[in-house]
Order: sequence, then C-alpha cells, then structure tokens
Amino acid sequence: MVPEDRLYTKEHEWISIDGKKAKVGVTDHAEEQLGDIVYIELPKKGGNVKQMTPCGVIESVKAVSEIYAPVSGTVIEVNSTLNDHPEKVNQDPYGEGWMFVVEMSNPSEVSSLLKAPDYLGLVKA
Amino acid sequence: MAEPLLFEKSVPGRPGYQLPTLDVPLEPLPTDDLRKDLELPELSELDVVRHFTRLSQLNFSIDTHFYPLGSCTMKYNPKINDELAGLPGFADLHPFQPEHQIQGALELLVLLQKILAEITGMDAVSLQPAAGAHGELTGLIMIRAYFRDRGENRHIVLVPDSAHGTNPATAAMLGFKVVQIPSNARGGVDLEALDAALSPDVAALMLTNPNTLGLFDENTLEIAKRVHAKGGLLYYDGANLNAILGIARPGDFGFDVVHLNLHKTFSIPHGGGGPGAGPIGVKAFLEPYLPLPVITEKKQEASSIHYALDENRPKSIGRVKAYYGNFLHLVRGLAYTLAQGPGGLRKIAEISVLNANYLMQALKKYYDLPYDRICKHEFILSAKRQKAHNVRALDIAKRLLDYGIHPPTVYFPLIVAEALMIEPTETESKETLDRFIEVMIKIAEEAEKNPELVQGAPYSTPVSRVDDVLAARKPNVCWCS
Repeated sequence: MVPEDRLYTKEHEWISIDGKKAKVGVTDHAEEQLGDIVYIELPKKGGNVKQMTPCGVIESVKAVSEIYAPVSGTVIEVNSTLNDHPEKVNQDPYGEGWMFVVEMSNPSEVSSLLKAPDYLGLVKA
Repeated sequence: MAEPLLFEKSVPGRPGYQLPTLDVPLEPLPTDDLRKDLELPELSELDVVRHFTRLSQLNFSIDTHFYPLGSCTMKYNPKINDELAGLPGFADLHPFQPEHQIQGALELLVLLQKILAEITGMDAVSLQPAAGAHGELTGLIMIRAYFRDRGENRHIVLVPDSAHGTNPATAAMLGFKVVQIPSNARGGVDLEALDAALSPDVAALMLTNPNTLGLFDENTLEIAKRVHAKGGLLYYDGANLNAILGIARPGDFGFDVVHLNLHKTFSIPHGGGGPGAGPIGVKAFLEPYLPLPVITEKKQEASSIHYALDENRPKSIGRVKAYYGNFLHLVRGLAYTLAQGPGGLRKIAEISVLNANYLMQALKKYYDLPYDRICKHEFILSAKRQKAHNVRALDIAKRLLDYGIHPPTVYFPLIVAEALMIEPTETESKETLDRFIEVMIKIAEEAEKNPELVQGAPYSTPVSRVDDVLAARKPNVCWCS
C-alpha cells in the first residue's frame, strides 16, 4: 500500500506536504518489516532536523531502526499519542500513525524524494 | 507455569535458617535503617532446593538439546574443562595473593596468551576482557589511544552491514561515528562503497569474517590493503573464528586487532549470559596500549622463569576488568586448546563447516536460501516462502521447541528478511543433523498445510507462546502480592 498523494524516502519514510509544512511517518512496508512496534522516540518539538539524517528511533520486537528526516527544518508538532500507543504505526501508518510535522527550511529538497510509483518499485525489487 | 514462584510458595514465619545461640551482646540495627516493607519469601531450605532443582530441570541447554543458535557457536563444553578449573590450586586462588604464590597461574595465562597469539597470527594478547563485546571495546579504546598519540583525529569506524550487532554498538558507545558499508550481491563487503567511505577520518574497519551470512569475504586481503592505504586500522571480530581455526589467521590477512570468544570457539560455557572471556590480540605496534596488568617473564638463574604483573606501562589504556580476567574460564580454554592440539583445532573448523554445508544443502529445497554458495560454519535461510502462508521465522523457531530443538537465531542479520541463522557446530553427530533436517522439513510442510499449528507453537514447553509485544510495551518485572 503506497498512497499516491505523498512522497517517499529510500529509508521508508513518507511525507505529506501542505505549503511549507510537511507531515512525516513511516510506510506500510516499513512497519510490516519491523513487526510489532514497542517504542518510538520522536524528535523534540522546536528542534531542528536535517534531511536524511536520523532524528528518531523505532524499536520493534525484532530490531531497532532509525527514523530519517525526509526534509530539513524545524519540528513544529509531534504525535505524542505514539508514546503510549506505538501500535498505531502498525495499525494505520499513513493516518493515525503519523510521527511529526516539519516546517521546511529548504522546500527545494523535496525534489530529491521519491514519487509513489518509484517507491513501490524500490520495495518490490 | 509448571513451577510457582518462591513468593507464591511463601508461608509467613516459616524459617529457612537456623542460628547458633547468641554468645555476644545483642546490638540491634538502628531502627531507621530497618525496612518494614521488605517482602522476602519465607520458605524452608528443602522448599528452596526443590524449587531451584525443578527450575534447573526445565533448562533448554547444550547438555540437554541440540542448539543451532547462529553466531553463538553452541558447541559441547567438555566436562574435563570444569574438572580442571575446579582443582583447588586454581579454584581457591585469591586475587590478592602475592606474586610468588601464583607463579603457576601466571605461567598458565602466559601459555594461553602464546597459544592464542599463534592461532590468530598476532604478536601480543591480553586475556582481560570478559566477553566478546568487551574485547571490542578494549580493542577500539587501544586504537583510539594509538591515533591520539600520533596526533591524528580519526573519528569514524566503518562497519559492514553483515557484521555482528555489537560492532557498531561498541564504536558508537566510544563516541565514534559509525558508517555502514553495504554488502555486494555475493554477501561480501562492497569494495566501491568501501572506497567511497575511506578517508583520513576513518580510524578502523571492523570486520566480522566469516560474516553473519556465514560467508568468508573473498576480498579480505584487498579490503585490508585499501584500509591500510588510507591510514586506518583493521579490527577482526573473531566471534566466528570456529570456521577458520587452524586454517587461516587474521594476523596474516593484515588485521591489527582481533578479539576471540573463548565461550564460543574454545568451548567454555556461555553460562546465563556471562561471564565469558573475550581475549584480544594485537600487532606489536599496539602492544604498549594493552590493558593492565601485563604479565612479564623474566629469566632467572638456574633457567627458571619469574612471572610478574606489570602495572607500570605509561601508554596502557589502564584496567578494563577487576583482577586478571575470568581466570577459571581461561583455565577451561587452555585445557580445551591443549587437548585439541594444532591438528584437532583444524579439524574443528573442517567439521563445523562440513556440518553447516550438509544442513544447508538438505534444507535449501524447503526454505529460501538467499546466498546459495558454499558457506562456512553457519548459513542463513529465509522463511519468505512460509510467510506466504502467514508463518514467520518466529513461528518456526517456536515450533522447533516442540520437537526438542533449540531455535536458531532469528531476524538476524537484518539484511535478510525472515532470517533463520543456523550454526550446528562440529560437536553434533550425523544422526542429530539428520533429525534436524527431518524436523525442519516437517515444519515446512506444516506451514503450508496447517499454518495455525505452527503459529500457535510451542505446545510442549512449560510456558507456551509468550506475548513478547506486551512484555516489551508494558514490562512488569516485579512480583506484587
């Protein structure tokens, strides 16, 4: 499942853009590969993130993985529900399982992200 | 649960001890220091003995079951090693005994150091580290000290994605930046990616070889050459040394530091997660940095040798462990090595590799084999085919318990989906290997025809499937009445 209305990274994050704001989560493929997620460490609200640099951690019963920032900017909102309910990422990765919102400092970075068909090709390969 | 907790069996006021009559004045503890809420279980000695004896009978261990846990080298631990380690002259030594009383113990350590140096092709060995990852930590601290001495500020450690997980963890713990090097299609280090990552900032490359795919890197010499050409050092994770024991030596490949796991390759027990023994070997230029104390040998008159513990080594990284390593484990390791001799060590490598390949060839029809080439001591199957029936690697692991077999390592290495990492070791008979093959084929059939059966396993263990997700999300490690 790869929705057409957003962009993707090679590290399996999705990003949904609204003006200068970009909402970020991980893809269905990512949550499926990770298995049951038990803990999520999100970036701090007000902190800065840099494109394709780790800014958080996802821990599942199988492995610990990093969350990469798809774009650079300031974190203006985080989904704190995930602190107590990390399973939302497994249940609804593109909806309630969203992770944080970035106010982009360099919107042109978006051009380096993958479109849905390209991401689909990546995970099918 | 077949055996209740001690807390559940507790009866208030039931003593488990008997004190002699008091023959000194009674001096009560200060009342402020006494806790009233300390709910310790109260049982008789016999209740406690039965409890722990029963628990010990529930063990799933190398002494009771086949244990093909990949990258852990769960070989048989010969009982004679324990017998020798139990000799009063070893077992009753006190770490503060004066040097002249422990000459035999020091001689034993020096002999083991020399043997391990010979096996790995290194110049000097320290037996101090208490585990493999501790050896890694010690080795990397030495590498850091070496570069600081040279005035070089190298802050990057390269780690292939097929390395043991402790490699990046160790480097990160020391504040190094970890850069991961991808594998190529044959499961070795991608040389182009290595070249791209090499720079004057790289302190070391840590190579697990054979790697966690069970494959020996065919480009090892080339890798060593390229890292050295850029001034970096080479760290060899020897956890998988079983596969090349007596055949090839990391020192000859060009490696500067190596750690060994005596609790894997040299048959000492893994024992409940520790303690182990993770000696390190280094090339001569790193010898000044070895941890304290270093055992020195001094020839005396009448051709006898005096062994001393040298603490005066200005470049040393200092102590990494109290006293002198896990001494009795080192006795076990030496006993094993001497019993094998050079020919025996080589045979260990040959048979462990043969056993792994025997299993791999028999099972590759029934499970996906992502790297289909001759393996070393272990190999990786993928449960991708079984996943189509909603049976995961985890389910297969649990089902093996019902057949009296300890599961292989699962979901590692991370570069293989639904990985099952199988290492039979050299100490298993052909009959045991054949039974494992039979059981794995049976489980593959079950996965296809009766997936629910596998998904619900195990059925025959004292505790059936545990909810590991709940345990991780809401850990509850206290017993509360």
